[in-house]
Amino acid sequence: MSKVVVVTSGKGGVGKTTTSASLGAALAQAGQNVVVVDFDVGLRNLDLVLGAERRVVFDLVNVVQGDAKLAQALIKDKRVDTLSLLAASQTRDKDALTEEGVKAVIDELRTKFDWIICDSPAGIEKGAMLAMRFADVAVVVTNPEVSSVRDSDRIIGMLDSKTVRAENGETFEKHLILTRFNPVRAAKGEMLGVDDVLEILAIPLLSIVPESPDVLNASNVGCPVTLNSPGSAAAKAYTDAAKRLLGEKVEITTPTEEKQGLFSRLFGRKAVA
Amino acid sequence: MSIFDIFTRKRSAPVARERLQLLLAHERALTGRADLAAILQEEILAVIAKHIAIDREKVNVKLDRSDQVSTLEIDIEMPQGTLKATAS
Repeated sequence: MSKVVVVTSGKGGVGKTTTSASLGAALAQAGQNVVVVDFDVGLRNLDLVLGAERRVVFDLVNVVQGDAKLAQALIKDKRVDTLSLLAASQTRDKDALTEEGVKAVIDELRTKFDWIICDSPAGIEKGAMLAMRFADVAVVVTNPEVSSVRDSDRIIGMLDSKTVRAENGETFEKHLILTRFNPVRAAKGEMLGVDDVLEILAIPLLSIVPESPDVLNASNVGCPVTLNSPGSAAAKAYTDAAKRLLGEKVEITTPTEEKQGLFSRLFGRKAVA
Repeated sequence: MSIFDIFTRKRSAPVARERLQLLLAHERALTGRADLAAILQEEILAVIAKHIAIDREKVNVKLDRSDQVSTLEIDIEMPQGTLKATAS
């Protein structure tokens, strides 16, 4: 049975695209057949984060409108052969998508893949609504910051009312990925803690991704962090998230302050890297 | 920042947490009737307008949400003599 996962957040810039790419890659590395679909028509970026920006010929809008066959638009990842991308159109806008068209594409993707990861655009408009419409599972990406938590709460309300599953009264799994978490600042009481966010949003935690230079480095070079720096804490957070989605019991670890000696404090991280 | 700030600095995360809990409790209750304040304003004004001529430009609506009580305040300014004129 294939699963359609929507990666959503309401607020922009919290890490939806990074999460879609990294979680998709982690699932594919675990041997699953995965497609990541960019729903951010007009502002596509998943292709860039995956390093496939020069290989996009046809996109989601072309397939929805029948200008291209799905097989022509799917771009196979060069590093993990079970990972594919369906890019968004850069020249169109969200109105180019229709509910029937998206449903047809998702239904066809279900026959080919184990996991269909829908990278939602920010906001609560048409693009975001269509990205979540046919999902079975939601991954809500949140930063430990007031505006992100508020927007996530709003999105959770929509997942519970505007998805096909919710309308049919079926169960709809929702998971939280907390990104850009800074354990030092949380410990000092300068940043919302993991428990604070969990208590407020009241959905189960899938993973905690620490704020890390590895994430930016990975997008700089167009390679998901699970492939680019497999040993990093961020990669482990996404790999563990993938395992949990696959039903494995993996204990969630809260990132802790890295012990820094006098030397690294004086000379910065580079000195000990 | 003086050196004393290090000892007296307020922890901001608990404030964030409280503000969010309060705000979201209200927002969740209002889901589906997002424009409650606007609807109330319209309907209340319609009732008043039946009896008194009011200037819509001189209507002030304030919503204050706090921990225990929330208040919806609708302030309608009436020109002098309006009450007398319309009541007769």
